[in-house]
Amino acid sequence: MTITAKDFRELRFDRVRRDFGTHHALRDVSLTIQRGEFVALLGPSGCGKSTALNCLAGLLPLTGGGIWLDNTRIDHLKPEERGFGMVFQNYALFPHMSLRRNIAFGLEMKGIKGAACRAKVEEALALVRLTEHGDKLPGQISGGQQQRVAIARAIVVEPPVVLMDEPLSNLDAKLRLEMRGEIRRIHSMLGSSTIYVTHDQDEALSLADRIVVLRDGAVRQVGTPEELYARPAHPDVAEFMGYRNLLRGIAAPVGADRLRLTFEGHALEGVAMAASAPGGAALAAIRPEDFTPTADGPIPATVIAAEYRGRDFYGVARTEGGIELFFRTDTRVAPAETVRLAAPADRVLVYPEAA
Amino acid sequence: MSAPSGSLPAARPERPALRLRLAARGLDGVTLLTLPALIFTAALFIYPAAYGLWLSLRPAHHAWWLANYVHFFSTPYQYNTIFTTLWLSLPISLLTVVVSVPIALRVRRMRRQRLLTTILVVPITLGTVLTAQGLLNYLGPLGWFNRSLLALGLISEPLRLVHNYWGVFLSQVIVGFPFSFLLILSYVSGLDPSLENAAAMLGARPGARFRRVILPLLASGLVTTFCLSFVQAFSVFPSAVLVGAPSGATRVISIAAYRAAYEQYDYSMGSAIAIIMALVQMLVVGAIFRIQGVFYRGPMSGGKG
Repeated sequence: MTITAKDFRELRFDRVRRDFGTHHALRDVSLTIQRGEFVALLGPSGCGKSTALNCLAGLLPLTGGGIWLDNTRIDHLKPEERGFGMVFQNYALFPHMSLRRNIAFGLEMKGIKGAACRAKVEEALALVRLTEHGDKLPGQISGGQQQRVAIARAIVVEPPVVLMDEPLSNLDAKLRLEMRGEIRRIHSMLGSSTIYVTHDQDEALSLADRIVVLRDGAVRQVGTPEELYARPAHPDVAEFMGYRNLLRGIAAPVGADRLRLTFEGHALEGVAMAASAPGGAALAAIRPEDFTPTADGPIPATVIAAEYRGRDFYGVARTEGGIELFFRTDTRVAPAETVRLAAPADRVLVYPEAA
Repeated sequence: MSAPSGSLPAARPERPALRLRLAARGLDGVTLLTLPALIFTAALFIYPAAYGLWLSLRPAHHAWWLANYVHFFSTPYQYNTIFTTLWLSLPISLLTVVVSVPIALRVRRMRRQRLLTTILVVPITLGTVLTAQGLLNYLGPLGWFNRSLLALGLISEPLRLVHNYWGVFLSQVIVGFPFSFLLILSYVSGLDPSLENAAAMLGARPGARFRRVILPLLASGLVTTFCLSFVQAFSVFPSAVLVGAPSGATRVISIAAYRAAYEQYDYSMGSAIAIIMALVQMLVVGAIFRIQGVFYRGPMSGGKG
């Protein structure tokens, strides 16, 4: 393997700010990324994740703060001076060049020509398994293949950092799964840092070493996939991590980091995610997978719909207060039936509600 | 599909109705809507062109049928008008295209695109005559341009900018530019901006991005614009008369045709010159489109949208 990333220790966002008029797309984002790390920027659309990536690429100037590569400040450099690789959402392959010439482009710009250039191009083509298509134009290959060419083109110049902007969002479900594996494989081969923007939590969970959840231009939580999945620090993050049920109520302590939430007059026990005043407003987050009907479940609700998922059923039920709840069950339930929903206390995350 | 076999009754594939077969070739009720346009084209283009050709082959004084053409190509005073016209129209078209490209590339990235585009396009609404009138006033020996230069002491006597080659050149550039610019702006807007970003991310500086990515993708559109602009400039008439030297440096081919038809009342000769004019245009345009074949002509975006 001769394609390897250049050496650096860390990439640092230092209170990066970016405004569009009066809209704050990024608010003082600070973040440190180690060499070789795979970091996913995760968040709903409009959260600032693509803005962050474009600022890092140099395609958008910052409004404030700085970006540092070890001890060098790089935010004033033009994109062509940063030497990062980027995979665009729409791939952005040069339509008038063959795949080989697309991949050779970055090498030629660095002054690598002739046999050295050809060898690297062949190596990159082989890495993404497209050797036999090398002389085709981008328009003559499928979306998944174009995606792989875009990756090959970005990494052949051995960038210290590879930026990926929702690279899989244009592919169908099966190809997406395949490409995930591919991206992970190439990342570990290169040893470069990969910064991967996505709105798909499954993608982030399966690919990243570390996930940065953004919301309204600010970092909500940074952590490993396991941390984020098991203990989201904020209801927003919880919602994004698949906690579809958010129950609003009044909390009362019942022991060491346990709380009892009173929701529509029914009591539900859960884990306290942060210190909250007794009797304060709180929000309980529960995954549909952990919410099941039992004989004596605390929360009664009327089933609206249920769908069969092969092994089990997923249903929607409405409480007396009109709140919709999502649950899982092993037995068939019918609409209009009343169920009593329960969740194990350690799977109910209770957050104090911000005033 | 339809294997001939003895045991089965003749399994002739059923032919779909005529209407369906025509529709498959793109002919249906909607096709009839092109009829007015076809009639219009026939009445206003095919008929006059054919009539002109016929007229040009019936010279005055019952001379030989090709006499007009022989006369034209054996008289330097006549055939030189072709070169005079080319000498005007080719540089004019080239200049308008070359100037439009950087402006269009810049305008694409601007926020107040519409305002600037409007300002740049205004000359097209002025028409040739008003432009010529303006040029005569501004660039004439007593116009503000020459008077300013004289006052500044940059020149000792007025520059001759009208009633010669440069007068026609300038007026045609002013009138032709908005046209080229609008066309090129539409080609430039069709370029996927992420391609340029991708090139930048791969280390290409602005010059390399233009040469390696933008120009190859625009080339085909630039050639088309050049052709259209050339055809417009080739038939220059009003400005050649108004701000040119219609008997000298800017005696273009349309003037020759006009003189023959309306000053010597030789319609046949006039028609012959008009036909020659059309042939020269076709030759040039044909040659340019041959060149276009070399360039890339495909989608201008970098993948699935």
